[in-house]
Amino acid sequence: MAELIKGETGDWEIVIGMEVHAQVVANSKLFSGASTEFGAAPNSQVSLVDAAMPGMLPVLNEYCVEQAVRTGLGLNAEIMHHSVFERKNYFYPDLPQGYQISQYQHPIVGKGVIEIDLPDGTIKEIGITRLHLEQDAGKSLHDQHPRKSFVDLNRSGCALMEIVSEPDIRGPEEATAYLSKLRMILRYLGTCNGNMEEGSMRADVNVSVRRPGEPLGTRCEIKNVNSVKAVQMAIDYEARRQVEIIEDGGKIDQETRLWDPAKGVTRSMRSKEEAHDYRYFPDPDLLPLDIKSEWIEEIRETLPELPDEKKKRFMADYGLSLYDATVLIAERARADFFETVATGRDAKLAANWVINELLGILNKDGKTLAESPVSAAQLGGLLDLILDDTISGKIAKDVFAEMYASGKDAADIVEEKGLKQVTDTGAIEKIVDEVIAENPDNVAAYKGGKDKLFGFFVGQVMKKTQGKANPAAVNALLKTKLG
Amino acid sequence: MSIDKATVYKIAQLARIRVTEEDVERLAPQLSNIMQFVEQLEEVNTDNVGPLANVVDITPRLRADVVSDGGIPGAVLANAPEEQEHYFVVPKVVE
Repeated sequence: MAELIKGETGDWEIVIGMEVHAQVVANSKLFSGASTEFGAAPNSQVSLVDAAMPGMLPVLNEYCVEQAVRTGLGLNAEIMHHSVFERKNYFYPDLPQGYQISQYQHPIVGKGVIEIDLPDGTIKEIGITRLHLEQDAGKSLHDQHPRKSFVDLNRSGCALMEIVSEPDIRGPEEATAYLSKLRMILRYLGTCNGNMEEGSMRADVNVSVRRPGEPLGTRCEIKNVNSVKAVQMAIDYEARRQVEIIEDGGKIDQETRLWDPAKGVTRSMRSKEEAHDYRYFPDPDLLPLDIKSEWIEEIRETLPELPDEKKKRFMADYGLSLYDATVLIAERARADFFETVATGRDAKLAANWVINELLGILNKDGKTLAESPVSAAQLGGLLDLILDDTISGKIAKDVFAEMYASGKDAADIVEEKGLKQVTDTGAIEKIVDEVIAENPDNVAAYKGGKDKLFGFFVGQVMKKTQGKANPAAVNALLKTKLG
Repeated sequence: MSIDKATVYKIAQLARIRVTEEDVERLAPQLSNIMQFVEQLEEVNTDNVGPLANVVDITPRLRADVVSDGGIPGAVLANAPEEQEHYFVVPKVVE
């Protein structure tokens, strides 16, 4: 359900389109053999191509093309057999060429669609307009010197996919759902690591407002929106700003605005306005790219199961709830972990242990699943001990805490600490007899009708066995003996 | 098409070339002449002919995704007017 803004003169609908820049996962750059690794020493991952030295020629990275095609297929989009690299001309210190090699009229990927999950449980389709490949720029540091900027070209020339959505998004909640879903799909595909802090994924948000049902209003493009939370805040702010202007009788100027996370406002980027003349033309250094159908089909074969399919399968095959399935598919590694634990075991029990116990404590410790001291095989080993009655579910929690602390196998801990559940009825019977003998008053009271005392006897037996007696056997024996 | 002085200023600005009033007086007619020369091409009938991005009917050679370059900050920075700790140093540019 679209969120509406209540203005002084009535309701307004927010219309949003997003442009997401996603850095392609590849070893080397789009047009050069320099490394793309994050965090290297300044200008240490720069070839003379990336530094735009005269006479250097770009050569296209085959894997980056493959990754763009893979992403297009994951976005249910049309792959264009013919695409063209063009030059987008502008001057900035972190752009040594004086132009960015991008795609304009003929992108590599055309129209597609993804489904987003809204908080009320409904699903909405958001159209993808296009995806194109382009070079990233270098990075400027402005805080190193009072009058100078420092430029590092390590990022210059890294491959980016610009993914443009249709203006199908209504409101900040849908925008964050879109961004989260897109990020999840890219991470499943392995085409972008989705790390917004490192700038591997950046969003520009186009916002306009209109009366519900009326034609689109004039939009503003908001840049520098670099987290999911910032997307929400920037849209909230910008939509209200536009409504106020219109309600005061003003009119929206189409412009580029910058999100200022410190002040929580968007502000005009005046310097950009005059320069919006990019004079695109086909890059004479690069031949148009032709992609054969056979290659596209080969890439299609490599697609993993995507989040939506996985969620449906988890619900159908394992009988999981929508909530459990949604939690488990959020990351591909998490889903794989769950499946390793669940295979050949009780899937609902496995889901409970992964979500409530393991993810619970990892989350509390600020650790990722990859850092878990308990492996999927080890957690499976613990569940086996519960399922074959070696230990009770209660003891299992203590064993799990010990596994988490020490990294040991469940079976070893149970062995070492003698936690094995006592299922030998003879042994339990002996203890039941002891308890009955030691508490003649309570036995008399129970027999006299105080049924509640049954729990007392169970507790006493458990105490004497350090919780190791099989609860079902204890109950059965007590029932018989107490009559 | 004739190029007026305002257009010359705009082109110069986009190309980051500083021009004086004198330059513009000289450049405007020169650029107009070039445009008129190129405009002769418009006499050719191009109905049903698509735009041509390249003249050779070959596909580009693609590169394997291996790291084969970089690690040469000295060479990259050799022509920099100013550098510090392997950064290019430029006049402050901040939005």
